[in-house]
Amino acid sequence: MKLTLKVWRQKNASDNGSFVTYPLDGISKDMSFLEMLDVLNEELSEKGEDPVHFDHDCREGICGMCSLYINGKPHGPQQTTTCQLHMRSFSDGETITIEPWRAKAFPVVKDLVVDRASFDRIIQAGGYVSVNTGGVPDANEIPIPKVIADEAFDAATCIGCGACVAACKNASAMLFTSAKISQLAMLPQGQVERKNRAEKMIAQMDAEGFGACTNTGACAAECPKGISLTNIARMNREYFSAVLSSDNV
Amino acid sequence: MILDSKSPAGPLAEKWTKHKFTSKLVNPANKRKYEVIVVGTGLAGASAAASLAELGYNVKAFCFQDSPRRAHSIAAQGGINAAKNYQNDGDSVFRLFYDTIKGGDYRARESNVYRLAEVSVNIIDQCVAQGVPFAREYGGLLANRSFGGAQVSRTFYARGQTGQQLLLGAYSALSRQVANGKVKLYPRTEMMDLVTIDGEARGIVTRNLITGAIETHAAHAVLLCTGGYGNVFFLSTNAMGSNVTAAWRAHKKGAYFANPCYTQIHPTCIPVSGDHQSKLTLMSESLRNDGRVWVPKTVEMAEKLRKGQIKPADIKEEDRDYYLERKYPSFGNLVPRDVASRNAKYVCDEGRGVNETGEAVFLDFRDAINRDSEDAIRARYGNLFDMYQQITGENPYKTPMMIYPAVHYTMGGLWVDYNLMTTVPGLYALGEANFSDHGANRLGASALMQGLADGYFVIPYTLGDYLAQNLATKVDTNHPEFTKAADEVKAKIKKLLSINGTKTVDHFHKRLGKIMWNECGMARTAEGLKKAKAEIKALRAEFWKDVKVLGENEELNQSLEKAHRVADFLELGELMVDDALNRNESCGGHFREEYQTPEGEALRDDENYAYAAAWKYMGDEQEEELNKEPLVFENVKLTQRSYK
Repeated sequence: MKLTLKVWRQKNASDNGSFVTYPLDGISKDMSFLEMLDVLNEELSEKGEDPVHFDHDCREGICGMCSLYINGKPHGPQQTTTCQLHMRSFSDGETITIEPWRAKAFPVVKDLVVDRASFDRIIQAGGYVSVNTGGVPDANEIPIPKVIADEAFDAATCIGCGACVAACKNASAMLFTSAKISQLAMLPQGQVERKNRAEKMIAQMDAEGFGACTNTGACAAECPKGISLTNIARMNREYFSAVLSSDNV
Repeated sequence: MILDSKSPAGPLAEKWTKHKFTSKLVNPANKRKYEVIVVGTGLAGASAAASLAELGYNVKAFCFQDSPRRAHSIAAQGGINAAKNYQNDGDSVFRLFYDTIKGGDYRARESNVYRLAEVSVNIIDQCVAQGVPFAREYGGLLANRSFGGAQVSRTFYARGQTGQQLLLGAYSALSRQVANGKVKLYPRTEMMDLVTIDGEARGIVTRNLITGAIETHAAHAVLLCTGGYGNVFFLSTNAMGSNVTAAWRAHKKGAYFANPCYTQIHPTCIPVSGDHQSKLTLMSESLRNDGRVWVPKTVEMAEKLRKGQIKPADIKEEDRDYYLERKYPSFGNLVPRDVASRNAKYVCDEGRGVNETGEAVFLDFRDAINRDSEDAIRARYGNLFDMYQQITGENPYKTPMMIYPAVHYTMGGLWVDYNLMTTVPGLYALGEANFSDHGANRLGASALMQGLADGYFVIPYTLGDYLAQNLATKVDTNHPEFTKAADEVKAKIKKLLSINGTKTVDHFHKRLGKIMWNECGMARTAEGLKKAKAEIKALRAEFWKDVKVLGENEELNQSLEKAHRVADFLELGELMVDDALNRNESCGGHFREEYQTPEGEALRDDENYAYAAAWKYMGDEQEEELNKEPLVFENVKLTQRSYK
């Protein structure tokens, strides 16, 4: 395959950045998208040019480290992570535009690498059950109906990649935040801190500068793990019932 | 030197309880006076950092990824073992202990393995309390599946992404302590060296991967939870960033490296498709519960398959060789990983491989789908099937999967005693980074168990015993040893950036990987290993003359990051070869062709090699010194492993 890549290059956070065009030849359709970028980087390195920096780690679609806004879509044309996207999804001679996630709360670090520490801070605000190690009841002490456990699991499969934010015209983090709030709101272990958790995580989400939700559903449509929009509805309900009877007055 | 494991005396089942009682305690008011450094935030690191912070210690946690949640534990699929015996099928702590010792081909330390089995039950309780959504039965209780190397169902799982759920549980506990101010996080920060003062670990040197700043951090103890070194093979199932640098640099500062040649080749991975390949993808071993492994009976038929003249479905039942079921009737497709991998190699070496490259066997779900329905199989393995289809473009519900072994896990690692302390006082190694629990071969669903056991339930006790004796120790980065170590790191970076040769870092990494895979992979020979040693030495010399590392230090520089890691792999590779050469026997993942039974199984030499080989670094380009920890088996009888 022969391709033309238009790649966002930005030296560091304070640089303005711009697109640079690279022609690329000899790409196999069996390569993953990141392997295609590896080829580009080997070529650039051999010429003595700075390789394109991008985040990636497991390359199995689970760590959530890879990102990339490809031809106007987070993680590209398939509903999967960029590392699992293969070149057979593109055609010979195609021009591919590659940008970093664009959101105020995800500042660009270099080229295609962004800072997603805001997600960590949302979890730190309450995305946990406050139990210390040891002294917990036997795992089978509290039966959990299979349907509930399965639904909690579906919410818990979020990989924290940030595609939902990148897909949203408001750069809202509602899908990410709601996935964690939903998971813990459904499980018996999460009940004690349920109200507080919803209030605090949403406050942190707002403080980070993520936008508001206008229910377009772009986040769920682009989520590589298929996290459902239902979680946002559930989070809204959790939030309103929490503020109406808040313990934090 | 003969190493002392410091295993407590007394009956096996009482060792840990007794040890916990005799270990010194740090009183709650004093705990806040201690600083602890945790490097790595996978299952071992995150669970250790969270648990120690809960106890009151001040913890600094480091990871090279952008968030602690990305650590490669997240990619573990199949499950986590625990001796809960919820299934009433005859499981017990002793049976889990026995299976693990036997699965490890009698090359692990009894006391550690028993403790692992003992605390396994607590791990499940802990994770459920954190809100980890394990698979459940309709009655609401936890579900189990069986796994290779065991005849009971003791594996807890969360569909095909158990590692993710467990890591997110540990990450949530860690996040809670960050919010409490007891853990300070340092993401995108890589450990570059260990700092020792008077022979004890007192801190680390790090590089901020965004700014390039070389920083020093002091502490009363340093915990390395930095995973394994499988990426020495270039192609492996490890994450791209997984590396040996932290452990290796600690090794060069005095920590012995044990059994480096014990590497696990996982039997069920997606086969290599071409030279562009950057990593290999594992398909969980749990698939072997329902999938049947086979190749055609004849080379002729395999050739037709490879040329695309016939399809797998065209091959009649009587022309298929379900070789694992044939050779190992009692364990069948569920034989341990090393046995399954080696047999895949044998049938492919015979010319019966089934893909274009001739290096693949079938994993077929046809019978399971006919028996249980496609929906039932989807519920069990849906995400794995999707992943397979995504990567290969083939639908495994309709046509059998193709699999081939790939490097997956390293049983070797830093030598640790019963307290998980390395040979450097104050330096600990947890999880895959240490060598302690899996012997020469790890059973499926035991890595998650070990990582969390070490972090949640072992280190909180054993660390206190060391710290209690060090209350008066002041730790301060102003000590000249910190400046010295930081200057050495800076000099190394300068050197790497100044070589300005002609070949990229990846070029060297790929060549090293090829040497390791060919000569120190699934099957090894003395001759091949000797050849590999010379080749690695030459490659290392070439690297330091001709590598091209672009850019500068004071920026995000991924080629510089890689250069450090590959430089260390080039040294480790040679030690792995030395270790494989020294071990004149076959055991578990270490298979020396010269030592096999008439049936082609691993032939151990218990008389001469029932020891852990712990290597001491002796200086640049010097041969390392071999030290031994004799392995004493008081509770199991050493037998030829049989899964027939």
